[in-house]
Amino acid sequence: MNSSRNLSGRQVVNPAPLWSVLLAPAALAGLAVAAVTGDALLAGRAAGRRFAVGMAVTPLAEAARLLVAPPRTTVAPDRLLLRLGVAGVAVAAVLAVAVVPLGDRVVVDLDVGVVWFNAMEVVTWAAVWLVGWGPNALFPLVGGYRFVAQGLAYQLPFMLALITAATGAQSLRVADIVAAQRQLWFVVWMPVAFLVYLAGVLAFSFLGPFDYPAGRDIAGGVLAETGGVDRLMLLAGRWLLLTAGAAMAVPLFLGGGLGPLLPAWVWSLVKTVAVLAVLVYLRRRLPTIRADRYVELAWVVLIPVAVAQALVPALVVLGRG
Amino acid sequence: MDVVVFWVLALLAVASGILVFRLSSMARVTYALLGSFLFIGGELILLGLNYLGVVVILMMVMEMVIMAVFMIAYMMNPAGLMPMSMVHNRRGALAISGVVFAALAAGIAAVPLPAPAATRPPDPTLQLGESLMGGQMLTMMTLGFALLATMVAATVLSTGRGRYDRFGDDLERRIPNDPVPGGVGRR
Repeated sequence: MNSSRNLSGRQVVNPAPLWSVLLAPAALAGLAVAAVTGDALLAGRAAGRRFAVGMAVTPLAEAARLLVAPPRTTVAPDRLLLRLGVAGVAVAAVLAVAVVPLGDRVVVDLDVGVVWFNAMEVVTWAAVWLVGWGPNALFPLVGGYRFVAQGLAYQLPFMLALITAATGAQSLRVADIVAAQRQLWFVVWMPVAFLVYLAGVLAFSFLGPFDYPAGRDIAGGVLAETGGVDRLMLLAGRWLLLTAGAAMAVPLFLGGGLGPLLPAWVWSLVKTVAVLAVLVYLRRRLPTIRADRYVELAWVVLIPVAVAQALVPALVVLGRG
Repeated sequence: MDVVVFWVLALLAVASGILVFRLSSMARVTYALLGSFLFIGGELILLGLNYLGVVVILMMVMEMVIMAVFMIAYMMNPAGLMPMSMVHNRRGALAISGVVFAALAAGIAAVPLPAPAATRPPDPTLQLGESLMGGQMLTMMTLGFALLATMVAATVLSTGRGRYDRFGDDLERRIPNDPVPGGVGRR
């Protein structure tokens, strides 16, 4: 493998210099904007319109409008909790990518990086519920509770998918998981974990089939009573979460920055964009699934299947001795 | 530097612990308690116990959200939208908490603490795990299974609709009779 010439020994990821603290969120935001733009183009095509630049910049124009639009107020809101929740969604996404390597560089090379990513993704539970609670209004409240119900469904299979990758590498350090995929990407022998992981990403960013907490049947749910900058932060946070999830799929299942010819960081970017494209496509293709139905699918089908999948690397690792 | 971070996190943890009893909204109280746990997770990371610290953050976020849902559901006013006090049985609670605090503080002073090692062990989490559970691993594993069995049993006993309601007295129905259609194996 060509790119491994600068990757000596087991160490495939090094802590990046301090300026990466700024670069990582910028890269995350850039990819999220690309995802939103792609989504807008798909929406335009679905509506039968011809491709135009105007179509691609619709989301950015909407963002600019929200920046100057007045915030929405309700009767007796809990402003502190609402703002905490609104900021929490985006902050969780940014903190989550701190352990995701771009090529052979990572902001924080934490020895429990996988658990950290999981913890930051779970922060969305707290944040989205607060966004539902804060406005003191019916539809957001229903949306907030829907997210928690959906969380109980997607979270356990999602955690098992993370555990599967960690078991294959016998380490919770993201760099070790990349290094363990030198011979074979994990997606090849952990396909079920990969699919469950992707479903989890769509679920914690409450997009596509998992937009039930922000469903049209409840007037936008958690989004219903937000306006202006609050709404912008919330919408951006969702896409940042989707992007963070796509970025983490690369070191977990797709060999991280490993690949021929091109430098490691290019491979990381290419793979992230590919995963992101698949997620955006799925978001438009799949219908919303009710949380009560997904709970049943998750607990009756996905958890046993994910446990069986986790058993595969466990046995392989035991067999290696 | 570590000492400064320790004290900042410690004071924040205690302050948000106090807020739990000063605030009057169930949602705010729950998140104040969550904040307290998060700062304690930070302290664990500061001690080099990265795994335990991050797991405390992970578990406490999930737990506190679930707790908020249940506490609000069980409150006497609808949806918990009215302000309420978190303090009950003032005198008894003060006495109990005072005694517990004194006992724990006395424990810190009375127990002969080992001299700090010159160097930090390579994996403090492993060391802590072995000193906590080393000889008791079998007990802990048994306890884990007993707890899980208790949870399953409690759920089975408390469920309103079991498999005999769904599939008939002789489990003869192929498709269960459910009030809500859809889902796995249903129509």
